[in-house]
Amino acid sequence: MIQITEVPSPFCGIGTDDLCIQVDGVTLKVLENGCAVNTPMFEQAITDTSPRVAGQAVSLQVAVAHAASLLKDTQLPVIGGCSTDVNGMRGLLALADRIGAVVDNMNFTGARNNFLALQDSGWMNTTLAEVKNRCDVLLVVGTDLEAFAPRFFERYLWNTEAMFIADTQQRDIIYLGKAPSGDLSTSPNGTKARVLECATTDLPEVIAVLRALVKGRPIRATSVCGIAVADLQTIADTLKAAKYGVVTWAAGALAYRQAELTVQTLSEMIKDLNNTTRCSGLPLAGKEGDQTANQVCGWTTGYPARTRFSRGYPEYDPFLNDTNVLLADGEADALVWVQAFNTNSTPPATDLPTIVIGRSGMTFAKEPDVFIPVGTPGIDHAGHAYRMDNVVAIRLKKLRDSGLPSTADVLNAIEQAM
Amino acid sequence: MKTRLTGGCVVDPAQQLNGAVQDIWFENGRIIAPPSDASPNCDIDVSGNIVMAGAIDIHSHIAGGNVNTARLLLPEQHRNFMARNLNHAFSTARWSSTEIGYRYAQMGYTTVVEPAILPVNALDAHLQMADIPIIDTAGLAILGNDDFLLRLLRAKAGQNQINDYVAWTLHATKCLGLKVINAGGANAFKANVRSFDLDDIVPDYGVSSRHILQTLQRAACDIQLPHPVHVHCNNLGIPNNVDTAIATMEAAQGLPMHLAHIQFYGYGNEGSRGFSSAAAKLIDGFNKHRNITMDVGQVLFGQTVTISGDVIAQYSRRHDATPNKWVTWDAECQGSGGVVPYRYQEKSFVNSLQWLIGLEIFLLAEDPWRLFFTTDHPNGAPFTRYPQLIRLLMDAEFRLECIAQLHPEAVAMSLLKDLKKEFSLYEVAIMTRTAAAKMLGLTDRGHLKAGAIADIAVYRPQADKEAMFSHADLVFKNGDLVVKNGEVQTRRNGTTQTIQAYFEPQIERDVQAYYDRFYNLSLHNFTVEDVSFQQPDSERFVNHACGKPYESSQTNH
Repeated sequence: MIQITEVPSPFCGIGTDDLCIQVDGVTLKVLENGCAVNTPMFEQAITDTSPRVAGQAVSLQVAVAHAASLLKDTQLPVIGGCSTDVNGMRGLLALADRIGAVVDNMNFTGARNNFLALQDSGWMNTTLAEVKNRCDVLLVVGTDLEAFAPRFFERYLWNTEAMFIADTQQRDIIYLGKAPSGDLSTSPNGTKARVLECATTDLPEVIAVLRALVKGRPIRATSVCGIAVADLQTIADTLKAAKYGVVTWAAGALAYRQAELTVQTLSEMIKDLNNTTRCSGLPLAGKEGDQTANQVCGWTTGYPARTRFSRGYPEYDPFLNDTNVLLADGEADALVWVQAFNTNSTPPATDLPTIVIGRSGMTFAKEPDVFIPVGTPGIDHAGHAYRMDNVVAIRLKKLRDSGLPSTADVLNAIEQAM
Repeated sequence: MKTRLTGGCVVDPAQQLNGAVQDIWFENGRIIAPPSDASPNCDIDVSGNIVMAGAIDIHSHIAGGNVNTARLLLPEQHRNFMARNLNHAFSTARWSSTEIGYRYAQMGYTTVVEPAILPVNALDAHLQMADIPIIDTAGLAILGNDDFLLRLLRAKAGQNQINDYVAWTLHATKCLGLKVINAGGANAFKANVRSFDLDDIVPDYGVSSRHILQTLQRAACDIQLPHPVHVHCNNLGIPNNVDTAIATMEAAQGLPMHLAHIQFYGYGNEGSRGFSSAAAKLIDGFNKHRNITMDVGQVLFGQTVTISGDVIAQYSRRHDATPNKWVTWDAECQGSGGVVPYRYQEKSFVNSLQWLIGLEIFLLAEDPWRLFFTTDHPNGAPFTRYPQLIRLLMDAEFRLECIAQLHPEAVAMSLLKDLKKEFSLYEVAIMTRTAAAKMLGLTDRGHLKAGAIADIAVYRPQADKEAMFSHADLVFKNGDLVVKNGEVQTRRNGTTQTIQAYFEPQIERDVQAYYDRFYNLSLHNFTVEDVSFQQPDSERFVNHACGKPYESSQTNH
């Protein structure tokens, strides 16, 4: 039995790298600095170690050969999930190029809210160490931040020392939309976060008014979707008075149609605020390799991870290349599901030939044609994962000898077998 | 296997060869002296063709945070239309890492330097560079806006501690040299400062841009970096910033310093529009300061995207974004970045003048050993436009044809139409090979002497120099034939060039203690390691020796 310290997590997206984990054979136990997101992900037990074809245990070679045969004569296979490390994505894209597949990260429909705003008007964003050392006002939009990343407040706001904040306990935390599920946003000095609650689907209206107030436009209404305009005016004034305000949101939490317009309104509001002071956006992401998928696909193809290779070159389309759309419309003719992090993230229901390259422990409502259990980056093998803010990639550690192959090993073997 | 290229006209300034017909031999990836007794295993007839060392780009943004952001910001700028050939995955994917390697190789380039790697972004940059095929790469690490350094300066730390920090940074980021971008400016921008001059003071630290720059320059000299500190000056793109460039040359105090993309500093403020060419004044300063090297950062017309760590400059030109979208980011208390797409247009007075100023600098400088060939890819133009720029330098008549298309007021203000100089192949080879390698401290390339890496470009002579340099006839990388008739033959791994300068081990403990206070990162967890999927680090990273900083007076001309 050994203990490993300074373990980085690929699960929470905020670059937590101080876990202390006990390794007993292949059993992991988080001893220190765990959280509701990371601990179960690290402690998930290994169940399958053997690949299966049609539910029967087979060797890796047989499973790989069968996967290759299923993909051989396909017209439009889809590689969904795309939840792995940098090398896993390298292998995945090489296979996609070889077989003319669609590549679609499972979080892309959420991330699309950000990409469409980025690709239409851009933004001014910041990164986690700047938040930790400069942020004096944090506006959280439509997101239960502590459920998203339980240690966000501890690590980036209630830190005892900061470069430019004399007393970090004085930081101003404001929630707009969703209320926090717990008390982690409460300052160590007891000050609670300000919360202006509204339904998530009302955010477009509320944010539009907030932006108008930041710009100094007159608003005749006295309340919007249950929030007093006077209270929104207070937020606008707080942001304008801040030295280094930060606005954060999780694109996936804005679960309504055309939420990209909300991201765009926020981003344009941030630009307006920069006419007189500093303010930055901080999109929350980085879960289960989503940022990694978009980064690697970015430098490999020029596009984010919703891109097809069916014509012999990459084509990006944030709507048409959606796995669920392709399955529902009957366009796809095979599904490869790659998910090395989360056993609960199983492939969408389909009658198409299905190959799952998944984390050991995954269970299926319907047995896929091929299931190849793989190791998890940062547990079973070393690797690289991008943090939510993209600037920082983190080296993941190998914690145990499970004998499970990596995603990259398996995908490269399939590509070689084509 | 011994290979012999026979009958080529060799242009190798390192050996004062200017078109002499001479065979070139290589074996196991290296150039060898012609053996007296052995016969070659392979003869390749290149008679009548020009043979040069592989070209070296000293300043081209090919990897890292800004580069990937530009890709994702502008999907409509790089739509694809051509299917790839078998075994050339991603080779037709425009703006991809693969395309970078392929397009450079096709032009006969074999080494490219990414000049802006923020230390905290180094792993990202190296992961991207590992996926650039064929060519070798190197990175320059950015310091000068990082809190750690400014904190040392505020505390009046000794030069030795700064030197250790610089050397450790190059070690940790696996970089070849030191870059300074608008020293202090990006840090000041976070405190809501919107312009930053050489003698402006960074808020909260009380240190000036000049002091930061001079301290880092001294460090680069003290730790014996062959490549002089690589400087992006203050006030980029602003009328009359020629004074900033000259003041920076003076601030160098006679020590080696490289000024990057200097075209963007060749600006006066004369004329009815308050914008004029100051190329002559700039070159006058350049001639007086023999310790200074520069690269041009030529503008060429068309759509591009500007990417820079100079967030003050990028933010200030946000209203010029074409198409109208732009990004800035503040990065981890070390720096910032900005991505602003831009279209240089001949009908624009300002763009015409920028084009003219760049060429004036090229033609007035008269010292290819100190003046380097760049477009600051992609800021002035994409690197794929290099062949056109070579033609502009080598063909005065073509220049006049191009000038006729420009904004007439800009042309009237420029002396370019009267400059008749045409660059020779020899001068092009100095700028893009011999001097470039020497200035970077890469003694193993940039020439065709025995012992050099067999990076060789063979061109078919043509009157149209753009056509000639667009597609090399043959390109060898480490002796492998990678390009034939302008087409890439095989995909191979490049390497990344690094340097190991000495530092006291204490600095690593100091940095970790600092990270424990202000970051949430263990140094180990973002160390640059295992960056390539196909290649072990021991092959990926090639170490080069420290030595005396480059000064052109050392060289043999």
